Amino acid sequence: MDAITVDGLKKHYGDVQALDGVSFAVRAGEVFGLLGPNGAGKSTTVKVLATLTKPDGGRAEVAGRDVVGEPNAVRHSIGYVPQSSGVDRDATGRENLMLQGRIQGMSGRALEARVGELLELLGLTGAADRVVRGYSGGMKRRLDVGLGLVHRPQVLFLDEPTTGLDPEARTSMWDELERLAEGESLTILLTTHYMEEADELADRLAIVSRGRVVVEGTPEELKQSLRGEAVEVELSDGRAGDAEAIVLALDGVHEASIEGRKLRSRVASGARAIPSILSALEAQGIAVEAVTTHRPSLDDVYLHYTGREFAAEDEAGRLGDSGGNGRR
Amino acid sequence: MTLAIRHTWFMVGRQLRNLMREPIWIALLLVQPMVWLLLYGQLFKRVTHLPGGGFGTTSYITFLAPAIVIMNAFFGATWSGMAMISDLDRDVLPRFLATPVSRVSLVVSQIVRSALIAVIQGVIILFVSLALGVSIHAGLLGWVIVLAGAGLMNSAFAGLSQGIALLVRKEATMIAIANFIGLPLFFLSSTLISIRQIPHWMQEAAKFNPVNWGVIAAREVVLPSTDWSSVGLHLALLFALSVATAAFATWTFRAYQRTI
Repeated sequence: MDAITVDGLKKHYGDVQALDGVSFAVRAGEVFGLLGPNGAGKSTTVKVLATLTKPDGGRAEVAGRDVVGEPNAVRHSIGYVPQSSGVDRDATGRENLMLQGRIQGMSGRALEARVGELLELLGLTGAADRVVRGYSGGMKRRLDVGLGLVHRPQVLFLDEPTTGLDPEARTSMWDELERLAEGESLTILLTTHYMEEADELADRLAIVSRGRVVVEGTPEELKQSLRGEAVEVELSDGRAGDAEAIVLALDGVHEASIEGRKLRSRVASGARAIPSILSALEAQGIAVEAVTTHRPSLDDVYLHYTGREFAAEDEAGRLGDSGGNGRR
Repeated sequence: MTLAIRHTWFMVGRQLRNLMREPIWIALLLVQPMVWLLLYGQLFKRVTHLPGGGFGTTSYITFLAPAIVIMNAFFGATWSGMAMISDLDRDVLPRFLATPVSRVSLVVSQIVRSALIAVIQGVIILFVSLALGVSIHAGLLGWVIVLAGAGLMNSAFAGLSQGIALLVRKEATMIAIANFIGLPLFFLSSTLISIRQIPHWMQEAAKFNPVNWGVIAAREVVLPSTDWSSVGLHLALLFALSVATAAFATWTFRAYQRTI
């Protein structure tokens, strides 16, 4: 059964088309990642699914309920962890959790017990009665997750769960989320612009770019869909165009593209292709600075399906932050 | 409806708990009214002897005290939107909006919290006034009326302040608007001086000034020969204004939701 179905969602803010027909489905019990650069429309998608904002077109169901038609039913069955922490910093961790439980309709012993259990689970028991202002970034983020879980939702939305955390806190957050996904029998939809995060956490993922889902699958499927390995050759100087044509003509090279002085190619086997690439270039008098090879990463997947480089796109999205991503 | 009330109660509880954690704030907020009562009241104590009169008492502090309760409630209200901006800035609201929480309670709780604090401060100011020799002519009912006046005075402008906060969503703009509204309305009232002593055009303007409505209602019950119909009328006007500004705040909340 699908816990989330999204069909052709559209949403614009002013002139910016934040969502341009987003479609995907998430099965019950899986961890699904929406991976994409800043401004791709991930946060907007989650806001629509969490009933914070209404789409201009398309439809979406969460836990079997329509997000526009029955928003309150959806709100009872979801937990939402926004991109920027929504905790009340002047209250204690316990007070935050208690209030969240009460507005979800919980009360009395059952609520107290659940809050105690979550504090334990998130490693916040010692800090439970301290004001959140004094929490570290990682603790605050764990409390955010706890707020989304108090009422035992069926579906948890995590919008950029580790953005802004230092690498150590990020890794421990990943462990935490993995344990939660198993222990709480949840469906988790997480958005991220970290490739490793999607790779680490998601059972399946959809790559989002410019308001659309570009491709969907397990991280392994996506990487395997790019046949072979990536070889990157850095040229000493010009004649890049020639180099592209030369390499493309070689046996065992599936694709090649040039960007500045970098020639990227996809080959059946790096060990066999590198010598022939180098000698072919040398024969034409094109000098080579460096050669690297690696197995396909999600970076390569993104490049392959969008024709654009993830890092550059991410940076552009951050600068022109207008697609409903982050604070507006 | 009962859900909205319960949620409002949870939200007010949240804000009062946070405030109680730093009770110094209530004390600090009282410094200003105390300065008016203790220093200004002494400085101008002979003003009641002015020809033309109209003070209804020879004790200036008795004349001033109920108006200071109202003034304090009014100025508190103009700032009450700051808490909303702080919640907006920290993204507390989006988190609540993804829950089944009553939308109205998110706005109304801010107004209720603001009015409750104004009433608590009113009680303190009245006790200090008693110590300074003020007597409330209408007795216990007088206390109730002055404090109800403070609550309504505050909620009328707290609704406006919340609405403006949701529209501008910036602290600096909020401060500018609070000052822009606060001082003119304060001076266009009989807070500090009898209405008969001020220029004619100001007397006319004061009739339409909600701050003056509150001052009249509170002062009537403190001074002898209370005009109860005037008290009732002015409290009713403040109540109507409170309903209108609460509706305005709720409307701006919907406008805010559309920007998410």
